[in-house]
Amino acid sequence: MTIGWALLGVLVVAGLGALGAFSCGPRRRALIAGLSTLAVGALGVAAGLLALAGRTFSTTIPALLPLSEASIAVDALSGVFCLLIGGVAVVAGIYCVGYFGAGHAGSRSAQGLLPLFVAAMILVPVAGNVTTFLVLWELMALASLALVLAEHRLRPAVREAGVWYGAMTHAGLVAILLGLALFASKAGGESFDALRGADLPETSRSIIFILTFVGFGSKAGLVPLHVWLPRAHPEAPSPVSALMSAAMVKLGLYGVLRVGLDLLGGGPRWWWLLVLIVGGVSALYGVLQASVAVDLKRLLGYSTTENLGLIFLGVGAGGMFAAGGNRTLASLLMAAAVLHALNHAGFKTLLFLGAGSVLRSTGVRDLDSLGGLVSRMPATAALFGVGALAAAALPPGNGFVSEWLLVQGLIHGLPGADAVVAVAMPLAVGVVALTAGLGVATFVKAFGVGFLARPRSESAASATESPRSMRAAMLLAAVVCVGLAVVPAALGPMLAQVLGTLPTVRDGSPVRGGVTLRLTGIQGSMSPLLILAGLLAVALVVVALARRGLPRRTSLVWGCGGTRLDPRMEYTATSFAEPLTRVFDDVLRPENDVDVTHHAESQYLIESVQYRQRVDDRLEAALYPPVLAAGNKLGVLIGRLQNGSTHRYLALGLAGLITVLVVVGLTA
Amino acid sequence: MRTLGVVLQVVLLIVLAPYLVGLMRQVRAVMEGRAGAGVGQPWRDLCKLFRKEPISPAGSSWVFAAAPAVLVSTSLVIAAVGPFVATVSPLDGVADLFAVVALLLLGTVALALAGLDTGTAFGGMGASREITVAALAEPTILLAGFALSARVGSTNLAAIVERGQQAPGAVLSPAWLLAAVALAVVVIAEAGRLPVDNPSTHLELTMIHEAMVLEYSGRDLALVEFASALRLTVLLGLWSSLFLPWGVATSVSPPALLIGVVAFAVKVAVLGVVLATGEVFMAKLRLFRVPELLAGSFLFGLLAVSSSFFLA
Repeated sequence: MTIGWALLGVLVVAGLGALGAFSCGPRRRALIAGLSTLAVGALGVAAGLLALAGRTFSTTIPALLPLSEASIAVDALSGVFCLLIGGVAVVAGIYCVGYFGAGHAGSRSAQGLLPLFVAAMILVPVAGNVTTFLVLWELMALASLALVLAEHRLRPAVREAGVWYGAMTHAGLVAILLGLALFASKAGGESFDALRGADLPETSRSIIFILTFVGFGSKAGLVPLHVWLPRAHPEAPSPVSALMSAAMVKLGLYGVLRVGLDLLGGGPRWWWLLVLIVGGVSALYGVLQASVAVDLKRLLGYSTTENLGLIFLGVGAGGMFAAGGNRTLASLLMAAAVLHALNHAGFKTLLFLGAGSVLRSTGVRDLDSLGGLVSRMPATAALFGVGALAAAALPPGNGFVSEWLLVQGLIHGLPGADAVVAVAMPLAVGVVALTAGLGVATFVKAFGVGFLARPRSESAASATESPRSMRAAMLLAAVVCVGLAVVPAALGPMLAQVLGTLPTVRDGSPVRGGVTLRLTGIQGSMSPLLILAGLLAVALVVVALARRGLPRRTSLVWGCGGTRLDPRMEYTATSFAEPLTRVFDDVLRPENDVDVTHHAESQYLIESVQYRQRVDDRLEAALYPPVLAAGNKLGVLIGRLQNGSTHRYLALGLAGLITVLVVVGLTA
Repeated sequence: MRTLGVVLQVVLLIVLAPYLVGLMRQVRAVMEGRAGAGVGQPWRDLCKLFRKEPISPAGSSWVFAAAPAVLVSTSLVIAAVGPFVATVSPLDGVADLFAVVALLLLGTVALALAGLDTGTAFGGMGASREITVAALAEPTILLAGFALSARVGSTNLAAIVERGQQAPGAVLSPAWLLAAVALAVVVIAEAGRLPVDNPSTHLELTMIHEAMVLEYSGRDLALVEFASALRLTVLLGLWSSLFLPWGVATSVSPPALLIGVVAFAVKVAVLGVVLATGEVFMAKLRLFRVPELLAGSFLFGLLAVSSSFFLA
């Protein structure tokens, strides 16, 4: 099979799948939607692997788009994103069969659009000119918007999330469109090859970079453009959340790599310093919000902001070293960013599917009313645990490997550095470290409160395990995570291929080795496989020793003198995060409500106390209302122009035409 | 021969760890005017506990039963890969400074999950506090590690130790001294000693570590107690290898290994005595003053990094 056939297959299968799902009855629909998504994903994986094996592919289809031709160009950078998106889609496709099959929010349009959404995502990184790229980007945005809105009949919050997502994704599109249109007009051609060869003045290059970075950053959920993410991810159906959070946001990364490092060919250091700062702030802000979040899927959404922040921190640092000519560190940091993108795709898929499994079974997303699922949904709990370990960046999880690479890259930049690097790198390490620490707290809370101890509500107590296809999908994702965790060195040649497409970074394979992961050009090694083997060996010895003694007995816990233990006495997610909320009081500004109801007989007796805590997104509260208010005002002003009189509209049209002519006359 | 070095090191740490706890308790006892139970008491306690049956609280899961094993295995893996007795080891490239720190954190997480799994208010409270302290200690460790490894050009523990041996001036440089202070605070926090946590208390207001392990009994408790003794030894050993690198064997000849063993035992014992002595004169900090202490050590870490750049 060649890349071209695989991509054609993506289109055809997605179209057939969508047709099938739209036209079938509810029983077959889930099967068709799931299997076609799986097939589209598998074709994407195939195309990606072929591209990473060194093959390229390009073609143009002249008459497909108006005013322009459709152009496809595949290289290793496209390939790695096809692979990532395809992989997530394969898992999500298997999952959908059970998830929608159980009648959970199986709306016709959601299932029909799913394969189309995946196909659009797979095709975005293979676009070879500006028009094709923008059309595919918009297709992806529209399909995902419709998918976010799939459950709008069930909850009013879905509509609000849809409005936020729709507005943000289109604002992002406008920024990208302006940037790329400017690029194409200055370069005198719109194919990526023409853009690559263009010789542009510094100012235009910077403007193009900033505009596209804003657009791609909003897609990637970077602060302060992240506000749609913690809204849209929780409200979308869980396989869609997985696709959006694990795959779609990565296209923001693709965009920055493609435009910033490939088409613009790198740039001055301040671009990348900006990327680094935005990434660092996103990582910290995301993880702080995640560590105090109580809604399981919202927590995962903020964790995506955190991880994308770390990825962009790596890209920014790598770009800085590339601008300074240090290719060894640049390629190491870029490799860390790409590897973390793959790892994040793996574990975030697993986590969102796990959350979806919990949601399907209990109908609850609130951690405070979950608990005890480890004995009721053992497979889901264990697999979610694997994902949580990876997301917490602890060994032997796969998140640890890429964060380790990231820190290695940052640390070795210090010798011989100038002042900017000497200040930026230690702070970046501090940010990564604090993020890692808070990430651990976040996922101990998510797993410990959500799955362990005794159930805190009726719905958690009556939970049952999910259907087989959902468990199989999660198992597949977990296997990929473990594979990425133990033999990351095997990805060395692949990463070298990807970095080979970035002219200022290109520097052979940044990582090598088999069992032990070694770095090229700098000292540093670590062996995740041997660490895992050591842990398992010691644990086995301990278990074997323990078997010879007295057997384990189950008994009541110590109830502080009482024997009746109520689940209400357990720690909840809110109480678990309370010390952190208090430590980061100034940043988070939690709102506490304490309602005390006194006894009717006496003021000194209390009947009940209700305590509520809410942590709002402070950045959103500070930044967005003024912008929205200004937008409203502008709307009112413009509304005044429209009084329904045809005469006025004609006059406005004439005035507009004259203005354009005057401007053209003056500038030409 | 190299493998022998690793085996020797692991056995030494396993044997020494409970004695270190016994020594520290004895020092406290003597300074407080008590007779004390003797240096060997922790070992006697462990042997007795190991023969007793473990009890799981009703409603807990396999996580509760598995946590002690995970805790012990993380500590033992660190004991095997760290340069405590010798820097030459076949396991040298397996785990560097950051991997060791992450392994310590993995042990903490296992215990915190077990605390949550019991479903009691105490368990949850301990887990929440422990994780908060660990999360805030993490940046300090990495920054101090940054300061040490940036000059050496490697995060490899053996490389840092060897550099300290070859260039004694480096150990006295501002960067290393500041990093030493920062890491000392972190060692105290991670090992759960005063003023961050009091290992001999059973009081709601102050418990961190003890609150998580309240429900453990018998063999499980023996494992948890052994692992925490081992963690303390490993942490003190790491600190001594990084900042007092003398005596650590750089070859695997028997005399060098013997010196390594003796030097390690002496250094850890001295540090343990110093720590225990300090604890006698110190009260536990309020829980919400602990983040301030850790923020202070973070500042030291940052200063260490900047001085390793500006004053090198």
